Amino acid sequence: MTGGRILAFIILVATVVLVAVGTIWPNQSGSTTTDVKATLMGSSTSPEGAVDTLLRRIANHDWENAYASLANKGEFGETDFIRDLMGSYGSLRTYATLTAFDVKQVHIADDQAQMRANLRWASVVGTFQDSRNLKVTRTGDRWQVEWPIVKEARVPPQVIPVNYLRWDVIYRGAGDDWGAQDVESPHVRIVAMNPVERGGHVVIMGELLNDDVVPAFVNVKSTLLAANGSSLATEDSFDRISHTLLPKQVTPFRIDFKRVRLSQVDSIRMQPSSILISASADPVIGIESQHLNPAPDSSLTGQLVNQSGQVVNVAHVIGTFYDSNGQIIWISDQYPDRALLPQTPVPFHIAVPPDLSGKINNFRVIASTYSASRFQ
Amino acid sequence: MRGLRTLLLVVLSASSLSVAQSSSLRIPAHVEAGTPFEIQTQGSGAAVLYIIGPSDALRRNVQLGESVAFGSDDLHNAGHYSAFIVGGSISDSAQFDVLPSHQPATLSFLAKPSRLPVDLSGGISGVVYIFDVFKNLIIQPQEVSFRLSVSDAAPQSRTVTSHEGVAWLKMNSASRAGVANFQATAGNVEERRIIQQVAGNPCRLRMNARESGDRVALETDPVRDCSGNAVPDGTIVTFTETYAGNQSTVDVPLKRGVAKTELPAHKGALISVATGVVLGNEIRLSGGQ
Repeated sequence: MTGGRILAFIILVATVVLVAVGTIWPNQSGSTTTDVKATLMGSSTSPEGAVDTLLRRIANHDWENAYASLANKGEFGETDFIRDLMGSYGSLRTYATLTAFDVKQVHIADDQAQMRANLRWASVVGTFQDSRNLKVTRTGDRWQVEWPIVKEARVPPQVIPVNYLRWDVIYRGAGDDWGAQDVESPHVRIVAMNPVERGGHVVIMGELLNDDVVPAFVNVKSTLLAANGSSLATEDSFDRISHTLLPKQVTPFRIDFKRVRLSQVDSIRMQPSSILISASADPVIGIESQHLNPAPDSSLTGQLVNQSGQVVNVAHVIGTFYDSNGQIIWISDQYPDRALLPQTPVPFHIAVPPDLSGKINNFRVIASTYSASRFQ
Repeated sequence: MRGLRTLLLVVLSASSLSVAQSSSLRIPAHVEAGTPFEIQTQGSGAAVLYIIGPSDALRRNVQLGESVAFGSDDLHNAGHYSAFIVGGSISDSAQFDVLPSHQPATLSFLAKPSRLPVDLSGGISGVVYIFDVFKNLIIQPQEVSFRLSVSDAAPQSRTVTSHEGVAWLKMNSASRAGVANFQATAGNVEERRIIQQVAGNPCRLRMNARESGDRVALETDPVRDCSGNAVPDGTIVTFTETYAGNQSTVDVPLKRGVAKTELPAHKGALISVATGVVLGNEIRLSGGQ
């Protein structure tokens, strides 16, 4: 009994001490992730401290002090610095928040250090990473970061002629006779489908074709059925599909079922749906220099080139990967964090599971776009 | 109203009345909706005449032995009606039918689909429900003419006799793409629907390439289906360039019948073109970077 009380007392004291230590000296550097909400500010008396302080100021949008602390601020203005981090033209980055970062020391000499900062941003479509190699220099007793500015390309003023093509729809009116038919929904069909099990989850992948001559807003819903006909789960493709399909356009789709094993599934009910929508045929996006990179960092990289004159605020890239039999083995996607300016390449990077990269024989990439002025 | 009906049903069952012309009432066996008619009563004294139908009920105080006149506004709804006369020592009933007017006034025209490929046999269905001015379904046989017309082509016309108020048929889509007027006519009433007849899948997809510096300009020939119809603008054509383990693609909508774009020019690159599930020709670049 006495021994138990002593043990409880020791645990209590240890807990209080650890909480106090964690509060007074929170982890601010090294390879572990730093919470940008932590209140203790780093110092500039070490390379790690200088980078840490800078990134916290960035996270807090303290642009003035962040810019003022840079060693190379003479090379660019504060506006360029903000534009580099927060993007422009209403891109995904514009509405993102720096939620965490980690800093690794790559190299250090007397007055110079090389650091690698991985910034984790939260956006409306999930998180994205931004890695920067930072040179940190010592001036007197202070360390200052040289920011590797990435200046956004500026498109020279010009006129880009576009033969504008769009569809408008006249729907059935409330006062129409009951026999007056509404415009027909677009005809779409699933042209490929492959259910697999990955990581203990069922994943259904496929492709949907707009077989019609009008644009369609599409979605695919799937229900897994057990042997007794009961429904195991129902999911839809959410954003792993290009929802707006122009005539004869094909989109991949992927539906993930968490906590369902393929062995439980007897049959699958697929329900593609389509709605006729007003849409535009522009902008046209070229997907250039697509390259499949092998494991261990297996990925599909390339560049998006906006061939139209209209700025695209957010782009969504979906990659479909096929094996040597032409069967879909994986579908993955990425939202590039930069806006697509006319004629200006923007890189993309789609992660591919390393265990599948060796089986990929072919791939196909599509890009869908979202402009502030309209949904496309 | 329900109380009145209940009362009359009780009266009806209690008196074990005949459903044919009764001794107290003389009514035409058939009355056309919206037309005047008379009911002749027999006997003497005061009575009340009730007329009850599918959605009408009338009550008249009558003197037996006189005729009761009904105007054109009194009975509009077609259906099976019952007439009851109740008064003094008399209680009698008779039944009659109110028929729809013979003159079609409105057509409910269901034409499906609103959009279909050209040259499709039996692909268009037209169904017409014929109503009189009081929205009664005219069940007497009526001649209904269907006409499907596209500009620059001879129209298809057929006449169908309605059966129980409905006339229907199937027609073929034309070989020429375009907006078709699908018209149904009964009497002097006509109703029109729009059927969009669209080109089928591209029959032959062919592109040309023109290298210019580090870019190659690609343009298809006008894209047509097997009947020679232009594939609609907006149809997506995919250009794919494969070179040295890399690939570039672009989805381009047809505009004014052709799709054109530019891709980087790489020496030895293979460029292919496709739309939907239809493949076109391939071009291998000799110049480029």
